Amino acid sequence: MAELSNQLMGFTVLAYLVAMVLYAGEYAFGNKSHIGRAAARPARQLVGAGAPVDSVEEPQPVVPKDKRAEWTGRAAVAVNLLALLLHLGTLVTRGVAADRMPWGNMYEYILSATFVGSAVWAGVLLRRPALRHIGLFASLALVVLLGAAGMIAYTPVGPLVPALQSYWFIIHVSTIIIASGVLLIGAVPATMFLIRDGYDQGKRRFPYTLGMSLPDATLLERLTFRLHAFAFPLFTFGALIAGPIWAEASWGRYWNWDPKEVWAFISWVVYAGYLHARATPSVKRTVATWIALLGFATMLMNLFGVNLFFSGLHSYANAGGM
Amino acid sequence: MRTALVLLFLLAIAAIPGSIFPQRAVDSQRVTEYYAAHPQLAPWLERLGGFEVYASPWFASIYLLLFTSLIGCVVPRLLDHIRALRIAVPDAPKRLERLPLSATKDLAGTPAEAAATAAQVLRKHRFRTKVREHEDGSWTVSAEKGYLKETGNLFFHFALLAVLVGVGFGHWYGWHGNRILVAGADQGFCNSLAQYDDSTLGPRVDAADLPNFCLTLDKFVAGYQDTGQPKAFSATVGVTQNDGPVETREFTVNDPLRLHHANVHLIGHGYAVTLRFTDRYGETQTKTVPFLPVDGMFTSEGVAQFPDVNIDPKTDKRDATLQMGFEGRYLPTVGTGATSTFPAENAPAIFLTAYRGDLGLDVGTPGSVYSLDQGQIATGDLKNVSGARPHELKIGETWTLDDGTKLEFVGTRPYATLAIRYDPTQSTILIGAVLGLIGLMLSLGGHRRRVWFRALPASADSGSGTLLAAGGLPRTDYPGFADEFTALVTAAEEGNP
Ligand code: HEM
Repeated sequence: MAELSNQLMGFTVLAYLVAMVLYAGEYAFGNKSHIGRAAARPARQLVGAGAPVDSVEEPQPVVPKDKRAEWTGRAAVAVNLLALLLHLGTLVTRGVAADRMPWGNMYEYILSATFVGSAVWAGVLLRRPALRHIGLFASLALVVLLGAAGMIAYTPVGPLVPALQSYWFIIHVSTIIIASGVLLIGAVPATMFLIRDGYDQGKRRFPYTLGMSLPDATLLERLTFRLHAFAFPLFTFGALIAGPIWAEASWGRYWNWDPKEVWAFISWVVYAGYLHARATPSVKRTVATWIALLGFATMLMNLFGVNLFFSGLHSYANAGGM
Repeated sequence: MRTALVLLFLLAIAAIPGSIFPQRAVDSQRVTEYYAAHPQLAPWLERLGGFEVYASPWFASIYLLLFTSLIGCVVPRLLDHIRALRIAVPDAPKRLERLPLSATKDLAGTPAEAAATAAQVLRKHRFRTKVREHEDGSWTVSAEKGYLKETGNLFFHFALLAVLVGVGFGHWYGWHGNRILVAGADQGFCNSLAQYDDSTLGPRVDAADLPNFCLTLDKFVAGYQDTGQPKAFSATVGVTQNDGPVETREFTVNDPLRLHHANVHLIGHGYAVTLRFTDRYGETQTKTVPFLPVDGMFTSEGVAQFPDVNIDPKTDKRDATLQMGFEGRYLPTVGTGATSTFPAENAPAIFLTAYRGDLGLDVGTPGSVYSLDQGQIATGDLKNVSGARPHELKIGETWTLDDGTKLEFVGTRPYATLAIRYDPTQSTILIGAVLGLIGLMLSLGGHRRRVWFRALPASADSGSGTLLAAGGLPRTDYPGFADEFTALVTAAEEGNP
């Protein structure tokens, strides 16, 4: 089973890679495709009476123009969904092999968090096909994160140490994994928004040139906010409530300031900063979005950096080895 | 809000050093190691609070500023919000068509009827609604929904304040201590400062305030995988609280022993070694000393010191050159190498080096109980009398030293490392945090919006009838508002709420 899981993991990365290439293909063929054009048309802007008001979406006509782009795009979505299934398979077989939930160490943790991210992305994809162009970046992010997990953090299947045998562990880790997955995938529309917005401002350098075929900036910005607003309370619960409850039972102190906790706290504060910035009318949406990306960087630091550089109480933070 | 933003960033940045440098509160051992590795830098870091970042004045000043700003922010908003909840929704603006959403409809009835229907529709959708009649014969309906968003937001920020205050009180009125508890009735522990290996009392706690209880470790069970990875632990203790009867309680990792005003957490375990020394005059002394594990397989190191041996019964004087110390390693499972190969006691043996001389215990400076005084060894006051190779002893074996004295390895007992804590506010903090979370979700999920209707008598020439104008204002980003508005207007037009 463990062997099967490892093989599935290989196929998963491969499938995301293929999806990425197909998305890129659609991109290359479809610069002038309906998606790009429909999205490039400015949405009807409403004039607010004093209050900041966002535009109201218009239905985007789906009139395929470029056949090749259309088919490549569809193939990309299909392969992306296949990759998601393989990803699920990797997790399930891993869990069966270890006879427990597959989140006992850093490798499994990244595997799970990226799965959540990928599932959220698939949900977005199915509900709003107009956002399909983000797929290139979403699958790129998944390939990079999964590749890093496989290369840096791979850990053979093993049982849980007693400190992790607690239902609070399951609650704590599962909520953080879901929140991290959503926050990680939230960085994708955030980046897209910044590119698209730059493009709309008339910037024509790389990477702003990519903005040409991206969905409407307002749409991207709102998706960014929705994902973050969903994940933030979940992260608050997982990291700042369930985590401390478990820590109290396990170590006696609800908060220990060990490096993982420090970085979770930092991420939380930065994301709170994002929500504040977005709610402050005098702060531009681009500035707020940069703060969200900073939050993403702190999450990555916690996923990879803390496990590799610092030692702490969080035993599942072990990278490889034991 | 901008100040809050800047302070939030400062807080995030200020938290970083605490993850880079070892923190005394997390692991004081690693601070000591850091001192050894960076003798130049460490004292400077110490002065800047680098080893106690989260207790440092600069960290405190940031969060206190943030919370001052928070109070300055949320108290006026709370007052505003209460006011907004008490007064009626403001009347419709003059020109509803200027609002982000607007519509007009021609209806058959009178303005009063149209207004009544619209108000009914809005109330049905749980808008706070106010109907006004105007002198020119027109009626207006004002409605607002989504107050919970602001309520939730205020709730969240006040909960943050409550949590901070709770943490502060917990720090003042809490205490904690660590203690190694060796199995056996003779090794019991009672809750007093002197009996802790180390302890910290909050600034408002007095040694006399500690709750009265005693513990004995009756049984300790550890289970391991074949690989040596731990599987499960369980400690069985006899507890006496306030001099009451002895209760037998079992607890484990993740499931602490909860006593009155104290929680006992199992945070580690190991083996204590029992050694019996027979001195030159045939007197025997037995000691049970905990050895500290140095690896996952429980290779354990420690010392047994016998200062009061080799006392000549004629003079009854202690000879400081004849004190005995044994230093070495205990391996629960001896393999081929110098370290244990399994954490359970499958083939236990101890490897000891014997020292004779002045142990240096009388000087008054408390040394480690896990190693001999290296200073005494360096000066030659304490000499190795058993050679370079440690002597191996299995359980029950006796070792005769060069002067005829004997050391018997009697056996081992398990010990549990206990962290004993009391934090009076932790449940309060939990409640605060959960309420705050609920507030946060209301705040992030809610949408505040206003809807107005104005019902005017239709122009004189067309006779009866009403012109119904509607306007909608989303006060926060809410993509679904357009649909909601259309539905409300349609319902008001058709008269079926
Ligand atoms: C301990 C630090 C703080 C944290 C973690 C925090 C967190 C948050 C979060 C997550 C929100 C988002 C709610 C939403 O978008 O509706 C929020 C909103 C808000 N915060 Fe804070 N906050 C903090 C301190 C402050 C301070 C110091 C102020 C005042 C200066 C403040 C004023 C506000 C305001 C006015 C909003 C409402 C934004 C709106 O919905 O229009 N916060 N806060």
